[in-house]
Amino acid sequence: MDTTSPEKIPFLRDPAKLAILYQILTVVGVGLLCYYLVHNTLANLERQSISTGFGFIEKEASFEIGESVIKYSAADSYGRALMVGFFNTLIVSFIGILLTVILGTFLGIARLSSNWLLAKISAIYIEIFQDIPILLQLFFWYAFFYEILPSPRAALNPMSGMFLCNRGLIFGIPVWHDAFKYAAIALILGCVIIFFMKKWAAKRQAATGMIFPVFRVSLAIIIGLPVITWFLAGAPTEMSIPKLSGFNFKGGLTISPEFTALLLGLVLYTAAFVAEVVRAGIQSVSKGQKEAAMSIGLKQGHVLNLVVLPQALRVIVPPLTSQLLNLTKNSSLAVAIGYPDFVSVAGTTINQTGQAIEGVALIMMVYLIFSLSTSAYMNWYNKKIALVER
Amino acid sequence: MEETITSKTTVEIRPPVTNIGVIGWMRANLFNGWFNSILTLAMLYLCWQTIPTFIDWAFINANWVTTSDQCKASDGACWSVVTSNIRFILFGFYPHDLQWRPLLAVVILVGLLIYSQNRNHWKKSLGYIWMTGLFVMGLLLKGGLFGLESVESNNWGGLPLTLLLSVFGLTAAYPVGIILALGRQTKMPIIKSFCVVYIELIRGVPLISLLFMSSVVFPLFLPEGMTVNKILRAQVAIILFTAAYIAEVVRGGLQGINRGQYEAAESLGLSYFQTMRLIILPQALKIVIPPSVSILISAFKDTSLVVIIALYDLLKTTQTTLTDPKWMGFSAEAYIFVALIYFVCCFFMSNYSRRLEKELDTGL
Repeated sequence: MDTTSPEKIPFLRDPAKLAILYQILTVVGVGLLCYYLVHNTLANLERQSISTGFGFIEKEASFEIGESVIKYSAADSYGRALMVGFFNTLIVSFIGILLTVILGTFLGIARLSSNWLLAKISAIYIEIFQDIPILLQLFFWYAFFYEILPSPRAALNPMSGMFLCNRGLIFGIPVWHDAFKYAAIALILGCVIIFFMKKWAAKRQAATGMIFPVFRVSLAIIIGLPVITWFLAGAPTEMSIPKLSGFNFKGGLTISPEFTALLLGLVLYTAAFVAEVVRAGIQSVSKGQKEAAMSIGLKQGHVLNLVVLPQALRVIVPPLTSQLLNLTKNSSLAVAIGYPDFVSVAGTTINQTGQAIEGVALIMMVYLIFSLSTSAYMNWYNKKIALVER
Repeated sequence: MEETITSKTTVEIRPPVTNIGVIGWMRANLFNGWFNSILTLAMLYLCWQTIPTFIDWAFINANWVTTSDQCKASDGACWSVVTSNIRFILFGFYPHDLQWRPLLAVVILVGLLIYSQNRNHWKKSLGYIWMTGLFVMGLLLKGGLFGLESVESNNWGGLPLTLLLSVFGLTAAYPVGIILALGRQTKMPIIKSFCVVYIELIRGVPLISLLFMSSVVFPLFLPEGMTVNKILRAQVAIILFTAAYIAEVVRGGLQGINRGQYEAAESLGLSYFQTMRLIILPQALKIVIPPSVSILISAFKDTSLVVIIALYDLLKTTQTTLTDPKWMGFSAEAYIFVALIYFVCCFFMSNYSRRLEKELDTGL
């Protein structure tokens, strides 16, 4: 028998050909399914005389939205209403992320504290808040505002100029003055200066070995520059303090119960997860690293800054971003407690126009933009901090 | 000789009293340094301020089985809102005299879960036991066979619905997730891209958008005259959602398998499916058991979202109770009760997952 000539492989046993067959089958199957669904959908839409396309975005929305950062009235278009919802989602996510990172880091460090009581309390907090569904927590805080807090007349007054009642959280804010605009510009300018200063300091240290006190100078710039600007612009100190008049407060800034309940629920829930992430990150740095750093004579602050944190952050940042993305996605639960976020506005739009497919597609698109941009950032970050191996 | 060894000359020095016993422990763990001392005192003050008040409210002044009027008169917690409505909260609109059936179903499910905890029971027979158990549960809820009265699924609600959605959801999502994970790992570009797009799309959107889709878009997909039950639609949405997360977990397991395992299987002449079924998946799935339990926990918590599409799960029945004018204003008590149910379930599952992780850790 001739064993050297290539054996003819039967079709069903050749992986390369089978792969092509499987893929063709998949494409045909998915194609047929799509055709079937689209066919049914078009028939249904025609029968129920629902229009298609995104034409509704131009039409008048004719519903009110409780709170918005851009100007909006019921006479505006659906497009504008959706914009309002989008900004509301952005705001609650942004503030939520800031507070969550702070609280989560604090809890994570407290969990590892040598203080037994603090470690236990933080562990109990993490366990409780992780194990209760976020929606239930939101309902609880919402009920807390509407049932347990008193009316404006008997409002709680935890700090002077700050009131807590069933109309929300009300506190005094400075009256608007141009000085604040200049101070904000100074702050941004300060950040830019610090950015370049850091680069310069690193270059100088690499060249000459001299260390520049970056942290202290940055702190001075970031606090000093706006304060000096504010002072030079006339140092306005007038405050708008909330006052009770009739059944409600006048003046100051009112944060609605819906927003506060949503923010509180999201932050308290996500912080428990972030705490676990932070704890795992700190624990992942082996003790030897710290001891080695101390043995070559680094100061306590340097040990943390130059040795422990860079290694811990490499472990912390990927799961941290996914938790923060979860917070953004969970902010869609606002619809359950009546905060007008994007999902809630889109839901109202669906109910009024009947164009469910377009509405749900919009919702999905917005959240996909959030998550895709986050994962793009993650990839960039992972590349940046990847271990450089020889 | 013997006299010289007596211990008269040696004096035993005990460590100072501040380093041992309760005082030593407190010094080491609560008051080492001024910063920790201040922290401890602040914590103690906080506990002193909150815990006695809470205990007063929740236990000492609480009303356990009273009418709503008595509750409104007292300033303690009103657990009566739970005790008077317990059957509605737990079983929803299920016919009153048939409620032993969902109760039995829940008991069977909890029994099965407890039985499966023991790793000695992880055999092929466990799979059959689960299948029988799930079938019996479905039968108990639905009825219509063996002389059991049939109950419309629209009337299902409360705890059985929550458990059903999460446990059935995970069970059905697992095979889908495995297929997706394998699809993501293959070298066939079209299948791979389908799987990647599906997984990333689903993981990128909130569950609520899928639930919206199931409640308002899905009916449009069906041919005229055909309707699908609301619970089933939500269940499908939960399955599709969970499958994407399971796919990522399983992918992690697949990546943890040594290349040599694939090569060894190939050199034995096993086909792709044989390799997967006999060599790779048994090892990969073992690695991913602990993260799968975490997914079960989040699926269990996430089922509460069906409230938004008006299914009567545990949370919705509680809310409905609270809209009764008689019991309005006792939200805190009712929500604490439901939170307790969720907490107990999740706490046991997460502890189990942690224990399992330690047991299964073979150091690979």
